[in-house]
Amino acid sequence: MKQSQFTERHEPEWLEIESYLDARNRRNVDRPFSPAEFPRRYRRLCQHLSLARSRGYSHGLHQRLEHLVTRAHEQLYQGRRGSLASVVRFVLVDYPALVRREWRYLLAAALMFMGPVLILIPAISIVPEVAFTVLSVEDAASMEEMYSPDLRSRYGREREAETDVFMFGFYVRNNTSIGFQTFVGGALFGLGTVFFLLFNGLHIGATAGHLTHLGYIDTFWGFVSGHSAFELTAIMLSGAAGLRVGMALLAPGAQTRRLAFRDAMQVGVRLMAGAAVLFLAAAFVEAFWSSRAEVPVMVKYVVGVLLWLVTFAYLMLPGREES
Amino acid sequence: MTPTHAAKDAMNDAPRLDTANAVETPEGVELALRVAGPVPRCLAWLLDACIRVVIYILVAMIAGAFGTGGGGLFLLALFAVEWFYPVAFELLNHGATPGKRVLGLRAIRDDGGPLAWTDSVIRNFMRTVDFLPMGYALGIVCMLTHRDFKRVGDLAAGTLVVYTDAADLPPVLPEIQPIAPPAVLLPHEQKTLIDFAERMPRITPERATELARAAGPLIDDAEDPAARLSAYAGWVAGQR
Repeated sequence: MKQSQFTERHEPEWLEIESYLDARNRRNVDRPFSPAEFPRRYRRLCQHLSLARSRGYSHGLHQRLEHLVTRAHEQLYQGRRGSLASVVRFVLVDYPALVRREWRYLLAAALMFMGPVLILIPAISIVPEVAFTVLSVEDAASMEEMYSPDLRSRYGREREAETDVFMFGFYVRNNTSIGFQTFVGGALFGLGTVFFLLFNGLHIGATAGHLTHLGYIDTFWGFVSGHSAFELTAIMLSGAAGLRVGMALLAPGAQTRRLAFRDAMQVGVRLMAGAAVLFLAAAFVEAFWSSRAEVPVMVKYVVGVLLWLVTFAYLMLPGREES
Repeated sequence: MTPTHAAKDAMNDAPRLDTANAVETPEGVELALRVAGPVPRCLAWLLDACIRVVIYILVAMIAGAFGTGGGGLFLLALFAVEWFYPVAFELLNHGATPGKRVLGLRAIRDDGGPLAWTDSVIRNFMRTVDFLPMGYALGIVCMLTHRDFKRVGDLAAGTLVVYTDAADLPPVLPEIQPIAPPAVLLPHEQKTLIDFAERMPRITPERATELARAAGPLIDDAEDPAARLSAYAGWVAGQR
């Protein structure tokens, strides 16, 4: 068939697909055919493009059909918009199941992060000077000032700021950004992730050990107990996401390194989604609950333990029946 | 690596004339995606950076009215824009931030499909790595050495930045009485003739004549070689 006849015969169809695509995002516009018919029309269009190629029709006709196929392809394969049901399912079923599936990385991240904390606290109670291998004297002084038992109204870092809202913004930006960097650092063969986990573990461990040694028990532990569950879990999840990526780069297994990296990023970013929500929750608790000095310290401890139980139950229990 | 991947890579590994990147759809047709290089992408980034600065200034002005609490709001906005400005636009605006839109670019998946939320988050969060050690140095080196101008974020997410095709006018052959060519033409010769005729309206008459002369014996007696060639083109395209 000659090119002119081909164009003449099929052009009306192409124009209909074009006007269908133009109308796709507008309401109250007449479509030339129903959406149910679109896939069939698209396949015919693909067939036309293949014919045009094999028959050696002109470059201009190619380009025109190719452009139309590209647009239609995108329309047909556009990602399903996350329905509310799929989001709920992700939160209630898929996410905890994903975390459990990647438990090795979570465990590794927990060791790197909580290890220094659990070693430094008893070490500093025996040899107090150890704290100053990590903390500078100024750091230690400002921590002592923040958590001094002499404070009556508020404590924690809030001493420096006037309102809880400001601190909420500060915690969200500061802590969540560190979490994101911990994840993304996995792309440097895991080195970035390991650095952030160890660095934060050492810093938190030294601070906690130092203040415990000074006897600032109720002010410091009372302050951190509320948000500790969410924040520490979020850091460990970020670390797990980063280590997953780093490990894929170091030991890609049967895949090429590039594909292993890509797949690991898709897993990591899902792990990170939960971590981001936990960071937000932690910032909220830290800004609006942890800083309240009028709440009896026992209540704070009880709430802290309850939140740990809730976090643990959420990650351990849902979504088991399907796996 | 699946067989299709291998076939595609073999095809793409052949020396290429331009930056067109072939992607095969499930329907078995190939799409040519034209990937964008570092210069338009840097310009798009620069535009987006300017827009972000404007957003920061606006938020600071609004937040300033609320005292210290407003400072908290400002930090929240700063966090949201720092990490999610490109993600939000890419997901809601067909893969294009305002900067990309102005430059005629958009981000898509390697397979030609639109970005999922994970793809967009990955490619944009990875800017932190692309930025290292300073000023996007790693990202630019990676782009310059990669065949499809991918920075680390594009490698991580499996995405490309391509030109959005400006919708060309449909090709039309000039309205001219078709003439049968004096000899039987091979398929690729016929195609060349039609290509020439379709391009004629977009080039100067002098250039058209000059190009037409390359046809040699086909046009030796014609006074207007370009018109003669397009008359032949009409004939081989099937116009009568």
